[in-house]
Amino acid sequence: MREKTIEIALIGNPNSGKSSLFNHLTRLNQKIGNFPGVTVDKKTGNSNLTSDIVAEIIDLPGTYSLYPKSLDEQVVLDFIINAKKTQSLDLIIVAIDASNIKRNLLLYTQLADLDIPLLIVLNMMDLATLAGINIDVALLSAKLKTPVICFNGRTGEGIEKLKTAILERLSFTSLPTKFIDSHSLAGSVIADLKSKLSLDNDYQALILAHQFRKKLSCLNIDEKDIIQKITNEHNFQSATLQIQETYQRYDQINTLLNTCIENKSITNIQQYSIKIDRLLTHPVWGYAIFFGLLFLIFQSVFSWASIPMNLIDEGIATLNAYLKQILPNSMLTDLFTDGLIAGLGGILIFIPQIAILFFFIALLEESGYMSRVMFIMDRFLRKFGMNGRSVVPLISGVACAVPAIMATRSIDNWKNRLITIFVTPLMSCSARIPVFTIIIALAVPEDKVFGIFNLQGLTLMGLYTLGFLAAVLTGWILNIILENNQRSFLIMELPSYKMPRWNNIGFTIIEKIKTFVFDAGKVIISIAIILWVLASYGPSDQINNAINETQNYAKINHLNKEEEANLLATKKLEASYAGHLGKIIEPAIKPLGFDWKIGIALITSFAAREVFVSTMSTIYSVGSENQYTIKERMKAEINPETGKPMYSLALSLSLLVFYVFAMQCMSTIAVVYRETKTWKWPLLQFAYMSCLAYLASFAVYSLLK
Amino acid sequence: MLEKNLSQLEIGEKGIISNFKDEEMSLKLIEMGCLPGVDVEVLFKAPWGGPICIAVSGYNLSLRRDEAATIVLQN
Repeated sequence: MREKTIEIALIGNPNSGKSSLFNHLTRLNQKIGNFPGVTVDKKTGNSNLTSDIVAEIIDLPGTYSLYPKSLDEQVVLDFIINAKKTQSLDLIIVAIDASNIKRNLLLYTQLADLDIPLLIVLNMMDLATLAGINIDVALLSAKLKTPVICFNGRTGEGIEKLKTAILERLSFTSLPTKFIDSHSLAGSVIADLKSKLSLDNDYQALILAHQFRKKLSCLNIDEKDIIQKITNEHNFQSATLQIQETYQRYDQINTLLNTCIENKSITNIQQYSIKIDRLLTHPVWGYAIFFGLLFLIFQSVFSWASIPMNLIDEGIATLNAYLKQILPNSMLTDLFTDGLIAGLGGILIFIPQIAILFFFIALLEESGYMSRVMFIMDRFLRKFGMNGRSVVPLISGVACAVPAIMATRSIDNWKNRLITIFVTPLMSCSARIPVFTIIIALAVPEDKVFGIFNLQGLTLMGLYTLGFLAAVLTGWILNIILENNQRSFLIMELPSYKMPRWNNIGFTIIEKIKTFVFDAGKVIISIAIILWVLASYGPSDQINNAINETQNYAKINHLNKEEEANLLATKKLEASYAGHLGKIIEPAIKPLGFDWKIGIALITSFAAREVFVSTMSTIYSVGSENQYTIKERMKAEINPETGKPMYSLALSLSLLVFYVFAMQCMSTIAVVYRETKTWKWPLLQFAYMSCLAYLASFAVYSLLK
Repeated sequence: MLEKNLSQLEIGEKGIISNFKDEEMSLKLIEMGCLPGVDVEVLFKAPWGGPICIAVSGYNLSLRRDEAATIVLQN
């Protein structure tokens, strides 16, 4: 029988070194789920405290206090209040940035007043020492009646001591020193609430009185009514009382720190960091550096990822050719190679790009530069209905819209958040890259511009710019249409610059690849198999017809065996179910320059756009013995009407523009639905982006053909 | 005498927080360590009327100019 597992929550301010601590405690035993009812990522992981005691660690989103200002922070309050009621938590570990201990302690004091077993982890002691802050850890621990452990997130030093301390903390039952007397703030309300709702903690009652209007899973409607009545009866002044409470907490913190901290004023580091900041937020250099960095990132994604991608592409082609040789020639073999393995190749090919993009995004966040980008982009983005906090979703959108849309939860203002959600899928995500890559490689020569810039890379950059401009313009229009009835703040810490912790970056990359391979992978594989079936079978009379026609044509025109086989493959595909679907929509997409083969790819891409490449490889490899790479096949395709290569510049650009604008991702639609809690927004977004894609594609093709 | 607010300080200028003009905003500011009696210094500003960065309670905090305007400084 398994023993009851130990449950530990990890809490702390943003930038308090919480994620480093989580990674060190749980290593790779992490999984991501959802908090009930919301889509906020719930990161949990198992930590081996000893060889036979395992604790489950829950990593809560960063927050400054238990009075939430954004959805992320709301989740923390809900979790803590619920855990207080159900007594489901064994321990809360509070991560504290030692170099910023005063503000970090505020959240600790709130938790201490809730009578929950706590343990403090002091991070960034090295930075504190550099800043001249000297903390008497033993005295602090004694005064708080809470163990305080120093931990170095960079080296992992202190982790064993922490594990021992957790075990010791679990075995004694004394509670931390309380900070404020909630009763003196609102005695009558607290007394009434405690008796009516049978609570035993003053501060818990006070928090409920402040927050009952928000979404709290531990309160039912009747209880909310009771609280409403009591607070009205006693004329409970929520805002004023929260301010008074916070003043009292800081008074207590100051008294405490006066005895436990020695402050030597060292200003050199600060001056150095301010010089960097003044450069990075300069009216000219600030933006030049930011856009230069983005440019560098795109160039490296394009050049670095192309090598592993070609390897994967060729590897899959070789593997398929080999399997076809050794396996018996049957339908099942074809399903396995052309359906399953080709589909699998379509997933694997993404990994290099996702890894490189998230490497850069994690690097920007880890180093502290991302908050400077928010700082200089706030003014600009507000004109377009967003704000500085939209920077992270917009940039993450370049990797994948799904986590990007989930990252909008840190935006406190609903209108800003909605607009960010609406426009983020217009940022070119990594799923578009394989489509872009293959078509650019077909249509754009590999020339260099000014001897250094790769023309194909510049085209890719142009497509990203196009998506970004569409996002911004859409935001501008929505900003005019939508009403705003909520305030927005940009009161946030600008963290000090730090050397990135490489293992944190590694964990982020692994996490994102895992999510992609398992979530998107399911969709891609299923579509690849369905597609193979649709492309291999058709109405039998029509398939027979195609075979007869080809044989006759071959006899009359003296085609050799290979020419006959290729013709047969094309004729059979045309007669298949997939061919029929493509033919049905061909009249609608003809004005964009697309034929029925691209039509098939468009249909399958509406579930997930990355399916385009695997669809193309399925379509072009069905029934053929020769294993060319997909690019060579598309290059060899001839337009039957003009006799010229099918993938002309006009068609290629039209197709590229279509993929820039079209909403072809079921996962995005699903996540927008979950985040906005209505079908109105995902459907509007889908309709809007589809129209935009069609019209833009039509314009491009008409101008260039 | 005219009261001075945080948004009027130039880069490098210092002040001491006196009180707040906006209750809702003040709770967030107080939580972030902007307390009456605490020193503030404007470190740098984002271009074209964007947010400003101040040193307060031992760290750097960014806030918009209209948010800074709600913080009244001691004369």
